[in-house]
Amino acid sequence: MTPTKLVAVAGNPNAGKSALFNALTGARQKVGNYPGVTVERHAGRLRLGEDRFAELVDLPGAYSLDPGSPDEAVTRSVVMGEGEYERLPDALVIVLDAANLDNHLRFALQLIGLGLPTIVALNMMDLARRDGLEVSAERLSEELGVPVIETVAVRRKGIEELRLAIDETLASPRDIRPGEGPVEDILTLQRRARDIAVKAIISETPVRRITHRLDGILLHPLIGPIILALLLFTIFQAVFAWAAPPADALEGGVIALGEWVAATLPDGWLKSLIVDGLFAGVGAVVVFLPQILILFLFILILESTGYMVRAAFLMDRLMSHAGLNGRAFIPLLSSFACAVPGIMATRTIDDPRDRLTTILIAPLMTCSARLPVYALIIAAFIPNRTVGWGIGLQGLVLFGLYAAGVIGALVVATMLRRSVVKGTGGSFMMEMPKYQLPQLRDVAIGLWQRAVIFLRRAGTIILATTVILWALASFPKAAPGENQVEASIAGHIASGIEVVVEPIGFNRDISLALLPAMAAREVAVAAIGTVYALDAEDEEGLATLEERLAGRWSLATALAFLAWFVFAPQCVSTIAVTRRETNGWKWPAFMVGYLFAIAYVAAGITYWTAVAFGLG
Amino acid sequence: MTKANLPDTLALDQLAVGVRAHISDIDWSILAVGDALRLKNFGFDEGVAIEALHLGPFGRDPLAVKVGRMTVAIRRAHAAAVRVVPLAA
Ligand SMILES: Nc1nc2c(ncn2[C@@H]2O[C@H](COP(=O)(O)OP(=O)(O)O)[C@@H](O)[C@H]2O)c(=O)[nH]1
Ligand SMILES: [Mg+2]
Repeated sequence: MTPTKLVAVAGNPNAGKSALFNALTGARQKVGNYPGVTVERHAGRLRLGEDRFAELVDLPGAYSLDPGSPDEAVTRSVVMGEGEYERLPDALVIVLDAANLDNHLRFALQLIGLGLPTIVALNMMDLARRDGLEVSAERLSEELGVPVIETVAVRRKGIEELRLAIDETLASPRDIRPGEGPVEDILTLQRRARDIAVKAIISETPVRRITHRLDGILLHPLIGPIILALLLFTIFQAVFAWAAPPADALEGGVIALGEWVAATLPDGWLKSLIVDGLFAGVGAVVVFLPQILILFLFILILESTGYMVRAAFLMDRLMSHAGLNGRAFIPLLSSFACAVPGIMATRTIDDPRDRLTTILIAPLMTCSARLPVYALIIAAFIPNRTVGWGIGLQGLVLFGLYAAGVIGALVVATMLRRSVVKGTGGSFMMEMPKYQLPQLRDVAIGLWQRAVIFLRRAGTIILATTVILWALASFPKAAPGENQVEASIAGHIASGIEVVVEPIGFNRDISLALLPAMAAREVAVAAIGTVYALDAEDEEGLATLEERLAGRWSLATALAFLAWFVFAPQCVSTIAVTRRETNGWKWPAFMVGYLFAIAYVAAGITYWTAVAFGLG
Repeated sequence: MTKANLPDTLALDQLAVGVRAHISDIDWSILAVGDALRLKNFGFDEGVAIEALHLGPFGRDPLAVKVGRMTVAIRRAHAAAVRVVPLAA
């Protein structure tokens, strides 16, 4: 049997490679309207006929075979069969943006020069038309000497034709000459590309470009930043306002189910495990699903419209003051979802020092795992009222916490740039994609994937840590009159930690939650839920966690806890990915150290300031 | 450097928004290697049509410029390396 044929999808950033890859394989690779979405190679199975398949690989976008950044280097290695990807592809699918031919053809010429069997997908035909361009696939095919298929990846147009063309190309025998790489320089190629583009473009009707008009408003020196601020503000308001009905319903459901189980099961350790561990712990985390999804809905819409790059444009000057590369903006934004993909996305940054700085501050962007912790404490301690003009106080506090992370990141970056990672950080060069309507399908898939990730975490790592904590907090059994949690193993461990964190206003329960929260931040919520459920053995029914909290913590303690969570390194995966991307333990160790230091100081300052204002 | 001194050329960072121009000369030597590569990748080259579209809100930095058919954002410091000839207004 011959090995499965290998077909690579290559082209400029934002040409629609991933969208085509998804359409061809049925995969769900992330697609977004900005350069730098794909930073790794991804493989999928391409069906060619009845029982015939090929392996299709989606690659990071690149401008040329001369790699400018680590993600482009991956593309080069794959198409040239270098390094760990020794196997040369059997065919290449080059994806071109039809509305941007002059530029995209340059890399295409370079790729065709490799001598591999090649098919060109002339994608984004709809956008070219919107710009008044009429492009001829035949003429392009004549000029390039390879088949050219017109496609609109997002409407699945031309997909079957492309599949057929790939099949034919793979079937016709041809020698593959091992890639040596063309020697022509970029400017020569660029000129040839422009000539070919002129020939392939049949007509061009001048139209008032939508993108230009929208940018006139969204990038306006005064209105632009105001719109950005309003937008961010609206997002945080919505996280509380819109999530309330579904979150309340979910919480009601969890409580009702827990009470039913409590009433049904006979007393004993199993009942305690299920009621105090599962419902009070994991249940407490799951109720934050609506809030996380609302946050993601906004992020996904901003990503798929092309607004993200505009936000980077507006913020660049401020970032440059902190010595950050403008390309850092998108990795940092991704870190609001989770620092792990954010740190991976730094591969689009060419300068190693800029990249390192960005990796080190990525954990300061408030990731979605912190949202349940923030939301819980805010709901318990911050009154749900407006501060005028319909602005909710709770949303305002949440906005403040996110802002604290961002400001912290800018300050840290400035200091890093003056000390451990000296450098200029003087570069911001980025393609600005055209505006698009959000692709409903991509947004829906993005939300679905996020929900699955969240629930899977709840069902695995959060569940496991919670059960362990429940066991540690349940045994040994307390003597009558003694407090269960205090008497337990967990209680003794917590007393040890408490010595260190007492000066910053943390009580025993928080001490208990800090350690398991290293596994996943949401565990802090689960841990507190479980501990209070065990403590409250004799109370009637399951009160909501917020009610229990509000009765036990002072406002100063609650605020200090929030401040801690803004900065504290609390996630093993982030440490692991930092180790991988920086090739060693030095930088992850540094990161953990500096984050703990800031968290401790910030929580301390918050606590003592609050106490001074009589909130202790 | 002769072209750069011609009276009818100016640096891209001095080009007014909305004025069409074409690139007359690029001083690659004052750009870092990586930055020069990226500009070439975006299609910066002598003779290419160029226009400043938008300016950043703080210190009029960065610039959004249209090169050929593509819109790219670059910082003012890099735009200074690009000499342009405005088309007769
Ligand atoms: N209008 C239109 N948009 C497309 C087409 N193909 C892809 N897109 C959009 O273009 C953006 C970039 O697509 P993506 O697949 O992430 O590009 P990649 O960087 O090449 O992988 C996304 O917003 C897609 O939804 C197309 O044929 N027409
Ligand atoms: Mg992609």
